[in-house]
Amino acid sequence: MSEPVTIRLNVNGARYEGRCEPRKLLVDFLREDLGLTGTHVGCEHGVCGACTIHFNGESARSCIMLAVQADGADLHTIEGLATNGVFHPLQQAFHEHHGLQCGFCTPGMLMVALDFLRINPRPTEAQIREAISAVLCRCTGYRDIVRSIAAAAETMRDNSAGAPR
Amino acid sequence: MKPAKFDYHAPAALEAAIALLQDYKGEARLLAGGQSLLPMMNFRLVEPAALIDLNRIPSLAYIRAEDGVVRLGAMTRHRAVEFSPLVAERLPLLAEVVALIAHLPIRSRGTIGGSLALADPAAELPMLLQALEGEVVARGPKGERVIKAAGLFEGLMTTSLAADEILSEVRFPVPSAGAGCAVEEFARRRGDFALAAVTVVLDRDGERCRKARLATAGVGPVSIRLTGAEAILERGGLSDDVIDEAAAKAADEVLPQTDLHGTADYRRHLTRVLTARALRRARTVH
Repeated sequence: MSEPVTIRLNVNGARYEGRCEPRKLLVDFLREDLGLTGTHVGCEHGVCGACTIHFNGESARSCIMLAVQADGADLHTIEGLATNGVFHPLQQAFHEHHGLQCGFCTPGMLMVALDFLRINPRPTEAQIREAISAVLCRCTGYRDIVRSIAAAAETMRDNSAGAPR
Repeated sequence: MKPAKFDYHAPAALEAAIALLQDYKGEARLLAGGQSLLPMMNFRLVEPAALIDLNRIPSLAYIRAEDGVVRLGAMTRHRAVEFSPLVAERLPLLAEVVALIAHLPIRSRGTIGGSLALADPAAELPMLLQALEGEVVARGPKGERVIKAAGLFEGLMTTSLAADEILSEVRFPVPSAGAGCAVEEFARRRGDFALAAVTVVLDRDGERCRKARLATAGVGPVSIRLTGAEAILERGGLSDDVIDEAAAKAADEVLPQTDLHGTADYRRHLTRVLTARALRRARTVH
């Protein structure tokens, strides 16, 4: 009912368990209960995209999902992008091409871009712009974000050669 | 903001969900994709006594095509439709329309049944259901009934579904071979709510038009069929002059509102332009 519920889930390959009220938003559960503060809370109504995570392999906005919906789910967040301290090609490209200014939207940009590049590994600039229309950047640094994603797409294509990560 | 307190139920079967709807006597809301409901709850525009989560009922998500009809379980996600090989083969117009809905992360969660049951005036699926003259299945305590598109949408975010009924299946008839279909939408930014959209389904015979079905989104309190424009096309054919006449009629038929994003006059203008564009495309494409 409205009493606290137990939630067991995987985040970035690790098992977690927490208890919270059913009304708790997934993004707040990640940040407050699991201590995973890389996912940002922006608008809290599914418009800005800063809270985007991967839910069972698909990008989704964690501010308009309930934590209780993630019971049994497999989540990936910004914290899981780097491997053993080595940047993911997307992170490296954002670093090299000045793809972030204040950094607030960056977790959402990266998680949306990763989902998008898995679907479309050879995007045009127009397709990249359409994909990141799912996330608002208030620094209006879109130009460098687009360049970063285009560069990352190239690296990821070179790296993959049959083994997409 | 955060949602107010509610009781949470995640039944494993549709019958249990219907029983819960009855228990709460209209005070519960169904949680499908939640991409409209959760924002409304975060703003506390909606404070249901209970949420009945349909996401643990796997039998509500499927895509089938048989006897000239594409049938979708109500909990089928937009994303599943967008990338479905079956939909691409049998009813590409559906995939084209679904790709216009919001952004990829929203389409990952949003559901076909949820969008139709909400009946947002700017939503694309009510428009498509009307243009294809589709129907939905509603399940309630007394069993199931079929509601045709023309009888489903009653007004601003209002449908003919009863408080204890759950929309369980959506049926889109596949247009006859050789029919021409097109959708045209205008939004200020791809993925934003449509300022105006028009879907056209034409049953053609050369320049003649045996049957025309046109429907709207974003240009009134509820998606409507443009029956005046349909009559002009069925009477006059598909020449440029007749298309322009039908498009002008379409602009007269809609009842758009002025809001932050555009005036009523602008939306009428868009309706005329998009109708003409969609008709010219549908006249030539398969």
